[in-house]
Amino acid sequence: MVAAKSVEAPNIGFDFSNYARNQFFGERLQGIPKATSTGTTIVGVIFGGGDSGEEYGVCLGADTRATGGPIVADKNCEKIHYLTPQIRCCGAGTAADTEFVTNLISSNLELHALSQGRPARVVTAMTMLKQYLFRYQGQVGAHLVLGGVDVTGPQLFTVHAHGSTDKLPYVTMGSGSLAAMAVFESSFRENMKREEAIALVARAIRSGIFNDLGSGSNVDVAVITKNGTENMRNYEMPNERGIKSRNYKFRRGTTAWTKEAVRSLIVSEEIKSTTGAGKDQGGVEVVPVPTGAGAGGEEGMEIDT
Amino acid sequence: MANIHTVDITRLKNGEVNLGTSIMAVQFDGGVVIGADSRTTTGSYIANRVTDKLTHIHDRIYCCRSGSAADTQAVADVVHQHAQVYTAVYGSPPTVSTAAALFEKMCYDNKDQLSAGIIVAGWDKEAGGSVYNIPLGGGMFQQPWAIGGSGSTYVYGYCDATYREGWNEQETVEFVKNTLSLAMSRDGSSGGCIRMCVITKEKVERHFIPGNELPKFWEGKEVVGTTSGRVGVVA
Repeated sequence: MVAAKSVEAPNIGFDFSNYARNQFFGERLQGIPKATSTGTTIVGVIFGGGDSGEEYGVCLGADTRATGGPIVADKNCEKIHYLTPQIRCCGAGTAADTEFVTNLISSNLELHALSQGRPARVVTAMTMLKQYLFRYQGQVGAHLVLGGVDVTGPQLFTVHAHGSTDKLPYVTMGSGSLAAMAVFESSFRENMKREEAIALVARAIRSGIFNDLGSGSNVDVAVITKNGTENMRNYEMPNERGIKSRNYKFRRGTTAWTKEAVRSLIVSEEIKSTTGAGKDQGGVEVVPVPTGAGAGGEEGMEIDT
Repeated sequence: MANIHTVDITRLKNGEVNLGTSIMAVQFDGGVVIGADSRTTTGSYIANRVTDKLTHIHDRIYCCRSGSAADTQAVADVVHQHAQVYTAVYGSPPTVSTAAALFEKMCYDNKDQLSAGIIVAGWDKEAGGSVYNIPLGGGMFQQPWAIGGSGSTYVYGYCDATYREGWNEQETVEFVKNTLSLAMSRDGSSGGCIRMCVITKEKVERHFIPGNELPKFWEGKEVVGTTSGRVGVVA
């Protein structure tokens, strides 16, 4: 808080005592820093049909790093959001915005499907998302890759935060989109088999993970066909932490103690009911149950088990 | 904020997707030919290199979109809905001038918020083929031919010099193809392939010309690694 200053911070409400200082920094530096885009690589690809001999489908992929400025806020977050059983949406941009907008539209899609008596279509999801985002003129920072299979077949869309959409056979979004698109542009072909599509998507995400600072950690994949959706959380984990060469735990006795006193915090009680159904039936007895770990245990505090 | 009383409607917002674009529409006896390039950019990255900028409004009415992708898609969706309601209420399709008036109303009334340059073209029973140009401010201009988008600035001279009245469908298609090709080769925000639509009473026919089959014009000579080309005479 405010240290060594004569102005006292109020006990309630916001503390604006740093406002003048922040404005000063804003003028001196390139403006006050904004928490806008988070790094991400998300991709989608349509596969199957034609001479592959396999079912049509959509394969979506995403990395799992969530950043707050230069810091990794979450090393294993989920960027492939559920919309309907046959539609999924990958989200890049402001994490809260992608989470909430997909939740809202997922909810509305379920209501829509119930009122129409048929499963929701991908274009419905797309239209709902684009009209919502356009209404907020880009203030809702959600850049999405929307994919799914419905009665009209496999569909893949990108939705930008300002409300524009594109319909394409392969798409990438996020800060790692250029790295992933390079992979797609060289290796994508129509009518891929399912395994080939998954391998391609994983390669594109890996390219984003290793070449973009804003993307990292693991690869999530989701495969949607008309028979169902398969969610492969952490399909690849190319960034597992190495085994440490030494044991960095402190051995028991590292900290010396001079005196030890143990006291039980559980008190033995006997409850006798004096009114109602339990009257004069012996009542309920509470027996102390000694807890193993934690305060009061004999061996002192346990750290890092 | 420098001056809140002037609004720069020609600038896209930060991060907004831009239909850089070269679009055009030309009227001929019996219908119209509309055409566009296929590039959508976000800054200097091409977000979509195979965009379809020719948007269906009604059976015989299409529009070409330039400017902000989000704004033009939203406006076109609203006008599309109005056109469907019109047909349901009046039993017959709206005329091209009606559709253009709907666009004009939306673009003019919201001129501060929108960044949309639209060309509406189609065929109807009353006027035959017609072309309406609705640039940034929301004004509406009926013309026999109209060009728009960032690439159009490079081909005004070519169009003025080449256009003739009384062309048939084939000649009009050639004109559109050549114009767009020239615009795409000079404008960085236009490129990809050419999408065209021929709209007549009988049909709406889509044409697609991939990027490697565009008509070629002067492309310069290979300079690096050759001699000046002049033959010297040694006495």
